Amino acid sequence: MTDHPADVAAMKDLLLANGYVADQAIATALFLALTLERPLLLEGEAGVGKTEIATTIAAGLGRPLIRLQCYEGLDVANAAYEWNYSRQLLHIRAVEAAQGGAIDLATLESDLYSEAFLLKRPLLQALEAASEGAPPVLLIDELDRADAPFEAFLLEILADYRFTIPEIGTIAAKQPPLVILTSNRTREIHDAVRRRCFYHWVDYPSLERELAILRLKVPEAPEVLRREVVRFIQSIRQMDLYKSPGIAETINWAQALTSLSYVALDATAVDSTLGTLLKYQDDIQKIEGSEAARLLAEIKTEARTAQAAAEADGDGA
Amino acid sequence: MMAPGRPGDGERRDILGANIVAADVDGGRLADNIAQFARLLRASGLQVGPQKTVLATRAVMAAGLGDPKVLYWTLHAVFVNRRSERDIFNQAFVLFWRDPDYIKKMLSLVVPQYKPPKSNADEKALSRRLAEAMVSGHQPDLSRESDEIEFTAEATFSDREAFQAKDFEQMSAEELARARVEIARLAVPFEEIRTRRFERASRGGRLDLRRVLREAAQKGPEHLRDLRKRPARRRLPIVILADISGSMDSYARILLHFIYALTNDRDEVHAFLFGTRLTNISHLLEDRDPDRAIAKVSAEVSDWSGGTRIGQCLDDFNRHWARRVLGRNAVVLLFTDGLDRDGAEGVERAARRLAANAYRLIWLNPLTRYDGYQPLAAGAAALSKNVSEMRDCHNLRSLGDLARALAGGKTPARRMR
Repeated sequence: MTDHPADVAAMKDLLLANGYVADQAIATALFLALTLERPLLLEGEAGVGKTEIATTIAAGLGRPLIRLQCYEGLDVANAAYEWNYSRQLLHIRAVEAAQGGAIDLATLESDLYSEAFLLKRPLLQALEAASEGAPPVLLIDELDRADAPFEAFLLEILADYRFTIPEIGTIAAKQPPLVILTSNRTREIHDAVRRRCFYHWVDYPSLERELAILRLKVPEAPEVLRREVVRFIQSIRQMDLYKSPGIAETINWAQALTSLSYVALDATAVDSTLGTLLKYQDDIQKIEGSEAARLLAEIKTEARTAQAAAEADGDGA
Repeated sequence: MMAPGRPGDGERRDILGANIVAADVDGGRLADNIAQFARLLRASGLQVGPQKTVLATRAVMAAGLGDPKVLYWTLHAVFVNRRSERDIFNQAFVLFWRDPDYIKKMLSLVVPQYKPPKSNADEKALSRRLAEAMVSGHQPDLSRESDEIEFTAEATFSDREAFQAKDFEQMSAEELARARVEIARLAVPFEEIRTRRFERASRGGRLDLRRVLREAAQKGPEHLRDLRKRPARRRLPIVILADISGSMDSYARILLHFIYALTNDRDEVHAFLFGTRLTNISHLLEDRDPDRAIAKVSAEVSDWSGGTRIGQCLDDFNRHWARRVLGRNAVVLLFTDGLDRDGAEGVERAARRLAANAYRLIWLNPLTRYDGYQPLAAGAAALSKNVSEMRDCHNLRSLGDLARALAGGKTPARRMR
């Protein structure tokens, strides 16, 4: 287990060392969540790297990652714990066969509701793991997909890192796990949950940061291609698309272009790989062809100007 | 469900500890400044309670004061609760940390006058709805059946029938007022679908092993009973898109009362108005008083009785709202006559996408009051190809039918596909 980073800069370095290019904002939020032992709520468009943050910090701290994927109708039985009913039934039959009519009911009940018959789901696993060794990173992914009753159930866990199983008692984590919640905002998360968390809106990255991400994630791509890819994507994000490409799409696109052996963007390259970038037919139609050509021309001019400026700087120095 | 934990002794100790330590740092100025900053944010409308202030103090001490950027993002992580609050925070931060003393002086002048908006029951004592409720002797929350009995005592059956069938456009001001009262009382049941959660059932469904085993463990193996559970049901959310352009004018205002009745019945209703642009009015309709709510809507919406750009507005909805409000199988009610200023540009595509994202897309068209109406205008034709059904909405009876249809009941509608 790696030690807890001493300050925000150390947190940033830790994330970078594990393959995540963090900006000041996210590093600060994560540092605070870890230091002050509070959950962190990350909101943002799909594909901006919210889930990635959790997996990276888990790897960086050398802690286990426990992930709970939310969906509509997610309940306590699937999120926290459930009793193993078939084993319980078998146990009842076995006791019946062994003891006949004279069954000790008190023993039967305490046997049936002992840990041996407990199925542990992610939330319980996280609290238990936190009591045993290194507190894990608990990722509650896409909380907006779960419903309001589940959010209400989460409140106790988020505030006190414990919850109650009626048959056993309260399960509390000795050391709080690092809890990271993500939401794509298909539904607003309730204020009560927000109040218990640090909050961060994960935005699309700046040009420099996106380029740094590509260098890290697709090192095999030529630098010229990476620059053009990032510029192209940054400019289509300014357009009115149904779904703007996220960082995940940027990486996929750069990988696709590289594996097709392109060293720079051109009209054919864009048109033939646009499907890795845009996921709606309307958006593809809008960009494909003339619009893509216009953007490409713009990028190439920009690149030339930037290069000329760089050379002028070099001459001056 | 378990109740959220109350702040325990641990937390209280934390609060005390943070304050004592913060008071030591910098002669107490840090804790003081953070508290003042929190007041500024609260006055700007952010939800900032005392716990947040304490957390902010602890957070600033943990992250350090060396770097203004870190201070910014530290306070940001604590105080900002949603995306829309980022700009306010940013302005407040720049304003405050440039010169805290200046703001303190300003706040001492401003804050005592700041009152949170609250509903004042006395002020609206004379509002129309209340007056009408008193005159007619109805309690607003009476059930539908008892309303009908009282109503028939006032008017003959055939009078009532005629009134129910009367076109809103033909009504006098007095009749419209009466119709509004009727609409306010319209109980609107919601359609329900099965969820993945379960509830107890007396029979049917499937075996509820948790209960079966619990009983057997307590009473002995001979008590293995056949106890059942079944999937719980959930109401479908409703999204309303209402056209308020000139051609819809005589219907739009009365429909607003219908929308209000829908909104205030349940929580999962979102309402949007459109003419030349789309306006979300869901939060405006949350007022407990319908007259005040509708006055707010009128003030907010700038494109009353203008032209219509159906394609543009639906497209806008698809882009910016559909993902947020249609995510949970919503029924979409589209009030429009399908007459489009832009020559129906983009209507077809927008309507297709809307239909694809909705559980059911119901088109409420006042033009169906004309016998033999066919959706032939370009916009109307494009809509009719994509909606699940088209319904009347020009009189009280049709709105009543609609209310029943939303509960999944079968009432006459024109099936469109």
